[in-house]
Amino acid sequence: MTPILELKGITKQFPGVLANDHIDLRLEKGEILALLGENGAGKSTLMNILYGLYQPDQGEIWIDGKPVTIQSPSDAIEAGIGMVHQHFMLIPVFTVTENVMLGDEVVKTAGVLDRQTAAAKIEEISKTYGLEVDPHDYLRDLPVGVQQRVEIIKLLYREAEILIFDEPTAVLTPQEADELFLIMRSLAERGKSIIFITHKLREVLDIADRIMVIRRGKMVGETMPEQADKNSLAAMMVGRDVNLVVEKIFQEPGDIVLEVKNLTVADKFQNVMVDNVSMDVRAGEIVGIAGVQGNGQTELVEVVTGLRKLESGSVTLFGQDISNTSPRRITELGSAHIPEDRQADGLVLPFPVAENLVLCTYYKEPFSNGVVLRYDQIMENAVKLIEDFDIRTPNALTPVGSLSGGNQQKVIIARELSRPIQFLVASQPTRGLDVGSIEYIHSRIVQKRDEGCAVLLVSPELDEIMELSDRIAVMYRGEIIAVVPNRGVSKEQIGLLMAGVLPQGDIPTDENIVIEATF
Amino acid sequence: MKKEEQEKNDLGKAFFRKFNKEDGDEPKEKKNFWQSISIPALAILTGLLIGAILIVLTSPRVYEAFAQGFLTGIGTAFNEVYVSYKALLTGAFGDIGKIISALQSGTPHQIRVAINPILESLVVSTPYILTGLAVALGFRAGLFNIGVEGQLFIGAACATFVGYSIKGLPGFIHMPLALLAGMAGGAFWGFIPGFLKAKTGGHEVINTIMMNYIAFRLTEWLLTGPMTRQGAGSMPVSPVIEKSAEIPQFFPSPIRFHLGFFMALAAAWLIWWLLFKTTWGLNLRTVGTNPRAAKYAGLSTVKTTIMGMSLSGALAGMAGAVQTLAINRSMAIGLSSGYGFDSIALALIGNNHPLGVVLSSLLFGSLRNGATRMMVVSRIPIDIVSVIQAIILMLVAAPGIIQAIYHLKDLKTGDNKVFLSGWGGKA
Repeated sequence: MTPILELKGITKQFPGVLANDHIDLRLEKGEILALLGENGAGKSTLMNILYGLYQPDQGEIWIDGKPVTIQSPSDAIEAGIGMVHQHFMLIPVFTVTENVMLGDEVVKTAGVLDRQTAAAKIEEISKTYGLEVDPHDYLRDLPVGVQQRVEIIKLLYREAEILIFDEPTAVLTPQEADELFLIMRSLAERGKSIIFITHKLREVLDIADRIMVIRRGKMVGETMPEQADKNSLAAMMVGRDVNLVVEKIFQEPGDIVLEVKNLTVADKFQNVMVDNVSMDVRAGEIVGIAGVQGNGQTELVEVVTGLRKLESGSVTLFGQDISNTSPRRITELGSAHIPEDRQADGLVLPFPVAENLVLCTYYKEPFSNGVVLRYDQIMENAVKLIEDFDIRTPNALTPVGSLSGGNQQKVIIARELSRPIQFLVASQPTRGLDVGSIEYIHSRIVQKRDEGCAVLLVSPELDEIMELSDRIAVMYRGEIIAVVPNRGVSKEQIGLLMAGVLPQGDIPTDENIVIEATF
Repeated sequence: MKKEEQEKNDLGKAFFRKFNKEDGDEPKEKKNFWQSISIPALAILTGLLIGAILIVLTSPRVYEAFAQGFLTGIGTAFNEVYVSYKALLTGAFGDIGKIISALQSGTPHQIRVAINPILESLVVSTPYILTGLAVALGFRAGLFNIGVEGQLFIGAACATFVGYSIKGLPGFIHMPLALLAGMAGGAFWGFIPGFLKAKTGGHEVINTIMMNYIAFRLTEWLLTGPMTRQGAGSMPVSPVIEKSAEIPQFFPSPIRFHLGFFMALAAAWLIWWLLFKTTWGLNLRTVGTNPRAAKYAGLSTVKTTIMGMSLSGALAGMAGAVQTLAINRSMAIGLSSGYGFDSIALALIGNNHPLGVVLSSLLFGSLRNGATRMMVVSRIPIDIVSVIQAIILMLVAAPGIIQAIYHLKDLKTGDNKVFLSGWGGKA
């Protein structure tokens, strides 16, 4: 059988980088092919070539056994190729129908839009492939997972046969990701062919029919999920053996560092986001907060770091009340914060690496004498941290915004962990990073814990919580519904708690009591 | 010790050089430098070309010549453009022949007269530098101060009042006092929208525009009422300020070159130092560039916003004070020829960097000054000159136009696209 898509010897050279080096790729009809590789390995370049955004320097694209030239996305759509971008190309103030028909409008006479026909077609697609969506909803009202479905419908509406998913789960909750996988499966069963770009190993093993691994622009291997495991895939991706599990020795936690009592937090619309939460974090332990995103973790972290005001309850750090105090005072007490959104909160992107490395301490000795900044000290500090934390940057004066995501995160890690701290809040510290960076950041966090630092870890990635935490607190709808020691508890059990399902029997359900659940 | 000192300076310089640049390595930086120079240069060239067409189209002499014959018409058209632009150049920078012969003659008076056009260009540039700095400082703090014009008027009124009402002070006290009063007035006028923005979130663009109207009407009332000149009838003009409040001019009339120009340069240096050398400046730039990160880092956006707006207003007020104390010596309603609005474009052209603002202001001041002579010599209506200036400003301030005309690579993408591919770089 002729493969539906074949790439032969695709080569793309950018100034200084050979992004794709004679890449061959074959996609069969009805197959889910996972394209695995670290950030910057050349996955996106390859797909952009396929989608007509770049022209290859060498090589050919064959579709259905015939060579084609793709010079623009419209050529790609014409050839039956569709792409679900990582950042959606949707217009929030338009309805689903309007978004889907945009660029391919059905019109009645005199150019009047025929929404009914389009909506009917969308409903038909949605029924066929199990993509539940109401064509008349406005995009801005839809959760991210549903918005992504609209993106997929857009492609099916244009009768795409080859669907490219570019890191589709990066923006999804675990549940939404599972739903997406079901959809992908159903698409493949109905004869659509899928290329799935990712760097998440678990997803690849779950969903792919076949796996191809790209490293530094070269196709380095092909395997089947049955023959591979996480470790072998990671090794193929990175080119060396990777420690997926951080070595961590049990240690007896010390004194209480952070104590939260009956904390209630509301958002600006007076919705209760954190509901009567009590918990503590002790010196030398990592407390992981598990939970699907949007269950109050962000608000809890913001209160603990001084970024948000609380309604009632108290937060105590090192024995001092820090309810409604300024972030600076909390920092000065000896705490550090790795924020959830590194680009929005953690960095000033146009500023050089050196200035970002002193973002929280620039006003103090030795970086300032109170009035004038001492750039010699700031530079010295930068050079040292770049070395110590292995930040890959041309130099200390490069704007931090032009670094890769992993290196941006390393800038934050370097800034926060290089200070003498006793308390660390790490909010999604490895969001969107590749295996190599994750390994590194995890080992740094554990190292802080070993030094006796109290760590509050928040992550929607259950794997991350399970690997790092000494105790796991599960947050659901603003409440902490269980706190369990991370010994002998299974992923499934935590997963159930994350969905709000409490184990039957021996657990009190009084919502005001923080429970040490036992399984 | 000395070597250490030098190294320190070099680091600072390196920093200054690389600030705002796309990438660190040398060859790329060089390329960027030429790219960033080429756009204003091409913009001026294009502006002059379009201006030339306008000159030809609006000159009655060209039409008369075309009536006589096509070639005569073409010749006259070129001659007309040549004469006009020569006048523009000599108006802005002086006649080189005259300057050389004056230098040879050696009489100080003749030299002064010969180089007066240059000095006059500096005089015209002075208020642009100050107002441009005001806007640039605002932008650095993330604030769009459209109220510079109003702050300038209030500053001028305050300086004038102190200038004429206080008598008997020595010059070294009276003049600085009047200047400070002007700055304080402008600062107050900037403080109000700054305070409203910081405390209530009221948008500074709207509030500064409204504050402009209040300032215009307020000064009108002052000049016809409490601050009016005795015997001026209903003319909106203030009394003449005391001799002791004047900012000194260096040469006898008609050369107007005055100390205020150096004050403006000093202000530019001070603002540069504040922005890029001090803790406060990093504070301000962080709040202006990423308020969320500023909050995360523990900065007070409220304080910074208020300070930024007030200081921006103080610079605008200083522009008004300098104009009245050095040039007009009294305040009239026609004090400003739209400095506060032109300055927005100047700040943008100068990339909101004090040095950039000084350079763009010098350019614009020279153009304005030269244009006056062009108008006199070639009888081109002043309106055409304004149109040419507007076209140049438009082209410089919107580099996209020039890039499109000359097919230049986009400064911000191009080669960098590769660097930005991959996960985190996309935003």
